[in-house]
Amino acid sequence: MWDYTDKVMDHFRNPRNVGAIPNADGTGQVGSLVCGDALKLTIKVNKDTDVIEDAKFETFGCASAIASSSILTEMIKGKTIAEASKITNQDIADALGTLPAEKMHCSVMGMEALEAAVKSYRQGGQPVVFEQQEEKIVCHCFNVSEETIIKAIRANHLKTVDDVTHFTKAGGGCGRCKGEIQKILDKVNGASAAPATGEKKPFAQMTVVEKIKTIELVLEEDVRPKLNMDGGSAELVDLDGTTVKIRLTGMCSGCAGAAGTLKNFIEKTLKEKVDPSLTVEQA
Amino acid sequence: MKVIYLDNNATTQCAPAVVEAMLPYFSEKYGNASSMHTFGGNNRHVIDHARQQVADFIGAAHADEIIFTSCATESDNTAIFSAVRTQPKKKHIITSAVEHPAIMEPYKYLEAKGYRVDFIGVDSLGRFDMERFKNVLDEDTALVSVMWVNSETGTIFPIAEIARLTHEKGALFHTDAVQAVGKIPVNVQEAGVDMLSLSGHKFHGPKGVGALYVRRGTLFMPYLMGGHQERHRRAGTENVPYIVGLGKAAELAQKRLTDGTTERIAALRDKLEKGILATVPDVKVNGDPEHRVPNTTNISFGYIEGESILMYLNDLGVCASSGSACTSGSLEPSHVLRAMGVPFQFAHGSIRFSLSDQTTEADIDLVLKELPAIIERLRKISPFSRLAA
Ligand SMILES: Cc1ncc(COP(=O)(O)O)c(C=O)c1O
Ligand code: FES
Repeated sequence: MWDYTDKVMDHFRNPRNVGAIPNADGTGQVGSLVCGDALKLTIKVNKDTDVIEDAKFETFGCASAIASSSILTEMIKGKTIAEASKITNQDIADALGTLPAEKMHCSVMGMEALEAAVKSYRQGGQPVVFEQQEEKIVCHCFNVSEETIIKAIRANHLKTVDDVTHFTKAGGGCGRCKGEIQKILDKVNGASAAPATGEKKPFAQMTVVEKIKTIELVLEEDVRPKLNMDGGSAELVDLDGTTVKIRLTGMCSGCAGAAGTLKNFIEKTLKEKVDPSLTVEQA
Repeated sequence: MKVIYLDNNATTQCAPAVVEAMLPYFSEKYGNASSMHTFGGNNRHVIDHARQQVADFIGAAHADEIIFTSCATESDNTAIFSAVRTQPKKKHIITSAVEHPAIMEPYKYLEAKGYRVDFIGVDSLGRFDMERFKNVLDEDTALVSVMWVNSETGTIFPIAEIARLTHEKGALFHTDAVQAVGKIPVNVQEAGVDMLSLSGHKFHGPKGVGALYVRRGTLFMPYLMGGHQERHRRAGTENVPYIVGLGKAAELAQKRLTDGTTERIAALRDKLEKGILATVPDVKVNGDPEHRVPNTTNISFGYIEGESILMYLNDLGVCASSGSACTSGSLEPSHVLRAMGVPFQFAHGSIRFSLSDQTTEADIDLVLKELPAIIERLRKISPFSRLAA
């Protein structure tokens, strides 16, 4: 069950301005049946003053999609085109109180439909389908462009791939594009925030936490799978300088070959994959 | 507001008689079943009685084939890891593409650890792809785990046949029967399964207790190691009240299978389904109508979104669930409906109604009375409705 605000529920139960304005001055569309949500926004504009006199919506989607669309029509009525163009997805979410993180993309959809409707008005009223500008689609599952992702990161100070998924849906399908999303995040937020992926820091210069993480990763990927086959496992207990203290567990713990496993297998693997200075001791 | 509970595949109400049976074991009869004194030791007999009740319920030959667990998720994990750990040379495992995450996630974990994994697909009615299964099954297969009944559509898989084929190649067969027990007769001997998982809260027992059936003679390795409980097969002090509750729930569920209750539930389900089909345009029933449990119907409403339907139903006190992306926060519609190839305009608008013996005719009548207006309202808001008209 989502934690929807009373405002969301009110606009969901009693959506305002449902429908389509005949001969609208601007029509913006976004989304599709495949995506699971879609919005068609029509506006009537006073050509002399540029004021939006009426707005109506049709939405396919969940409660928060319907509420976002409904409140958007209220927000833009009476505003000039220039004023309305400044509305961001965050404004829509704020007007509703708030939206669950996973539902932020509903407010983004509102902003995109508005953008398309404004463009349609400026072009003389021909309906405009919101399009990821002609450039790189990063997420093919949800057809999300690099630009949409960059905008969302900047506007909402997004930090992680999950954040980006909550706001744009990118990465929420097959997950194939997550690596690329991380790269965009790194680019926008500056490489400082990025977890080291490329060149490795020399072991001696790492912080203790980084050292432990590096060792833990090798244990997980290279050591435990082998031990698991014999019904055992290994735990990192402590790191004292270059001495790694490890406890063998499960079937390995009482096993006569434990000392051999530690030296010949685990120590060897860690020397090879992490740093030649490391030695392993039984904890 | 009265709650009209049509979400019994998610969980059921713990029956009053079950609660009553459990209560003394929280308070005055709190002893540890492993103790040497009579006060605690008496609870050993109580547990043995529950074990017999569960064994009878699923047609097990021996009560000692039942291991009590903390939930079906634990039963599923135990079965899978036992099967691979006891057969370390075999590197292939098979399941279906429509399992519960309690099966899916361990399988994906093992895949990442280097196992060859086959997720057998289903056709548009949700039927198991037997041909593909026969093609991938081989001597390297350690385990085949296929659910008895699908939780979302209620489709029943031909478990006996899958088990037979599995054994021909010398692999172990496990079934997640969480959605089968209590809804249809389940007999482990007739079906020929090696291991079976069940969960108390799906048939009017308490949450947080389940069982794993392990046929005598089956290779087995415990998942939880520690004390000697459950004959060294599941460590941890026995949860006496919950085990008592599970036994009682099994006994009651068994009665309901033969006293006409099942037929009454099926009639109500059919009334609901037929009523919706007759009054709402652009709907589609998901699942195999020929092989389906009596309490479940999964219906897709074209051109609208499931969460919105659920929220309007919720305002009327009606509880159901949806395979829509929006309800799970996963952005993708249910993996079960997608595996069946249900088109997107229908997958997003799917609603599962699951009944129980507590469902009344009045409940169904209310849904039939209110639902058409809800659907019409949402279709009015939808930009696609004119496509449908
Ligand atoms: C098919 C299936 N397997 C496993 C489970 C998990 O059961 P439990 O909640 O007892 O872990 C469920 C219930 O959600 C289920 O429907
Ligand atoms: S490509 Fe982005 S989730 Fe599949």
